Amino acid sequence: MPQKIHIEIDRELCTGCGICIRFCPKDVLGESGTLNQYGNFYTEVKKLEECIVCRQCELYCPDFAISVEVKE
Amino acid sequence: MITGKELREKYIRNQPTAFCPGCGDGMVLNGMSRAVENLGIERKDIVAVSGIGCAAWVVSPYWRVDTLHTTHGRAIPHAIGVKVGNKDLNVVVVSGDGDCVGIGGNHLIHACRNNIDLTVIMINNGLYAMTGGQVAPTTEHGEKTITTPYGNPSQGMDVAELVKAAGASHVARWTTYHMRELTKEVEYALEKKGLSFIEVITQCPTRTGKKDNLSTLEMLEWYKNNTSKNPEDGKITVGRSVDKERPEMADVIYEQIISAGGTLK
Amino acid sequence: MRSPGVYFQEGNLACAEGAMAAGLGFFAGYPITPASEVMHHLARTLPATGGRFIQMEDEIGSMAAITGASWTGLKSMTSTSGPGFSLMMENLGYAYMTETPCVIVNVQRAGPSTGQATKPGTGDVMQSRFGSHGDYEMIALSPNSVQEMFDFTVRAFNLAERYRTPVVLLADAGIGHMREKFTIPEDIEIVERKKPKEGDREFFHTDEKDHVPPMPSFGEGRELLVTGSTHRGDGTRDTAGYDTQDKLVRRLKAKIDDNQQDIIDWEEDSVEDAELVVVSYGSMSRPARGAVKRARKDGLNVGFFRPKVMWPSPEERLKEIGKNSKILLAELSLRGYRMEVERCVGSEKMHVYDRLNSLPTIDMIYTKIKEVMG
Ligand code: SF4
Ligand code: SF4
Ligand code: SF4
Repeated sequence: MPQKIHIEIDRELCTGCGICIRFCPKDVLGESGTLNQYGNFYTEVKKLEECIVCRQCELYCPDFAISVEVKE
Repeated sequence: MITGKELREKYIRNQPTAFCPGCGDGMVLNGMSRAVENLGIERKDIVAVSGIGCAAWVVSPYWRVDTLHTTHGRAIPHAIGVKVGNKDLNVVVVSGDGDCVGIGGNHLIHACRNNIDLTVIMINNGLYAMTGGQVAPTTEHGEKTITTPYGNPSQGMDVAELVKAAGASHVARWTTYHMRELTKEVEYALEKKGLSFIEVITQCPTRTGKKDNLSTLEMLEWYKNNTSKNPEDGKITVGRSVDKERPEMADVIYEQIISAGGTLK
Repeated sequence: MRSPGVYFQEGNLACAEGAMAAGLGFFAGYPITPASEVMHHLARTLPATGGRFIQMEDEIGSMAAITGASWTGLKSMTSTSGPGFSLMMENLGYAYMTETPCVIVNVQRAGPSTGQATKPGTGDVMQSRFGSHGDYEMIALSPNSVQEMFDFTVRAFNLAERYRTPVVLLADAGIGHMREKFTIPEDIEIVERKKPKEGDREFFHTDEKDHVPPMPSFGEGRELLVTGSTHRGDGTRDTAGYDTQDKLVRRLKAKIDDNQQDIIDWEEDSVEDAELVVVSYGSMSRPARGAVKRARKDGLNVGFFRPKVMWPSPEERLKEIGKNSKILLAELSLRGYRMEVERCVGSEKMHVYDRLNSLPTIDMIYTKIKEVMG
């Protein structure tokens, strides 16, 4: 069975710092241009199909806002 | 492998944090949590002690372990009380550069001399961030801060060298650019007997960033370009600089109790 | 640790013995005259009782270490004198705010500053009560014999554990260095801290009448949040909220205030209808009592009053006495207890015999008694 990847970004926890965008080797992530309730532009998933599940984004996120889930 | 969400649910509380967007403090917390997870240490066996400043908040109130949030500069002696009180606990101190080596410098030196089994993580952002960006013992000579508007007349201090001379059994330096290495280093520190000292050069977008006119990402890029594992390179040296064996104080105190015929209280 | 029996020893040693009798599990200290003998004796003796001894880099560290150790479930103590006591003030406030039981022995010497290290003084009475910043209450005991160095040290631990608060043993060089007979009794009442019951989640708030929440220890899996910042019942900080600050600071105060009857202690002699009552404490109270005895023998209507607990002060009793009698406060300080006694008895009633650095003779105090009585 192929992998099913799901990337969850908690919009309220994400501060839009852009660190995950910088450290993603595959340009999966990008700015949403939308504000959350704390006034931060949260990040969103742009190219899910490119994701190689390296988990670099999770490792660098200061706010534990991003989660990469894989379902077999 | 644990997902970001699982890690958050297991180790973090009281979110959203009070850290500014892009602050490296949360990254250090991320690395620490992963280190504990990778080693399979139970959270109930960890006590995290901190002092005052932004870095102190890393563990209290955010880390889901027993925490002791103490007075400015005094995390280490409080932690010594915890460790000598119950040496089965893994005691972790997280402290900013001002807290750790400014007001608390003497305690740091003596904790290294004692080689007490603590993991001391010093988050170095080069100034006093919480109180408004004043000059710190780590601020470079000539730097302009709010209390050195004409340039820092003093010199920045190499804390890793200081703790090495003072006798720490494990010393390392990384930056928030080096999350993988940092995580591994915290793992090593937690397992290492004796005083482990890890300096993490960390971006403070609000104070350092504003002062130097650098964004979070530019600071991380700067860490990448200006650090090296090779001291010959003339850059900021990162990596493990000390790893040696010395008697650990809590162990010795416990041995002395046993040999005096005491049964540990 | 000595077995029950009668000994001839100095006060500082009796204090160390009292601590061990009370179940001392952790001592941290820094050398200072005239308190060092407390730690000398513990350094040698404590390990065999299963307790940990450590000499720290300074008194700031000592106070911090005993606070940390208390949270591992151990009874903890430090000993010092004036200069070190000053250094402990910040972390003493922290222990109070975090409701950490511990005992701080201050063998007072003549100050201010370095003053005279081997000479007794009681100039730290106000500091022991008000020395840390912010609104708080403190318990401080004042022994006047080697026996009381033992007994009051035990009691200091009992009060600390009972009320989850730091307690100061306010001795002085006179008592600390004096040698006399004292007894270690067979039966000693020992109080242990209130531990949480199954399901308890709040360790910094309680609706119980005594205002004392249960205290867990580190390592029990409770994910404790212990902080010197203003906090809620579950330990989470509230750095700006009015209600949290109000509730916490008032409860901490009430913990001492509302339990005063259990805490305060004094002795008195022939106070009723006395024309003059001599109030004295610590080593000074010994010649002071001698002078009162002599005066009574000579037919003078003089009483004697000695607070054994300085803080909270025996306020009500002092006020009553001050209604009918003149007061002569005899102390080894210019400002030791003066403001408190004067507050209770009023300035018209208040007379003072103050002395710096050494005990007066009975004669000297007696002369003052006669002078005041006119
Ligand atoms: S690193 Fe975390 S907080 Fe920053 S943009 Fe990405 S998900 Fe958001
Ligand atoms: S797991 Fe790796 S590839 Fe996928 S989004 Fe995160 S950083 Fe990019
Ligand atoms: S001031 Fe600096 S160190 Fe403090 S939270 Fe903000 S970014 Fe982080």
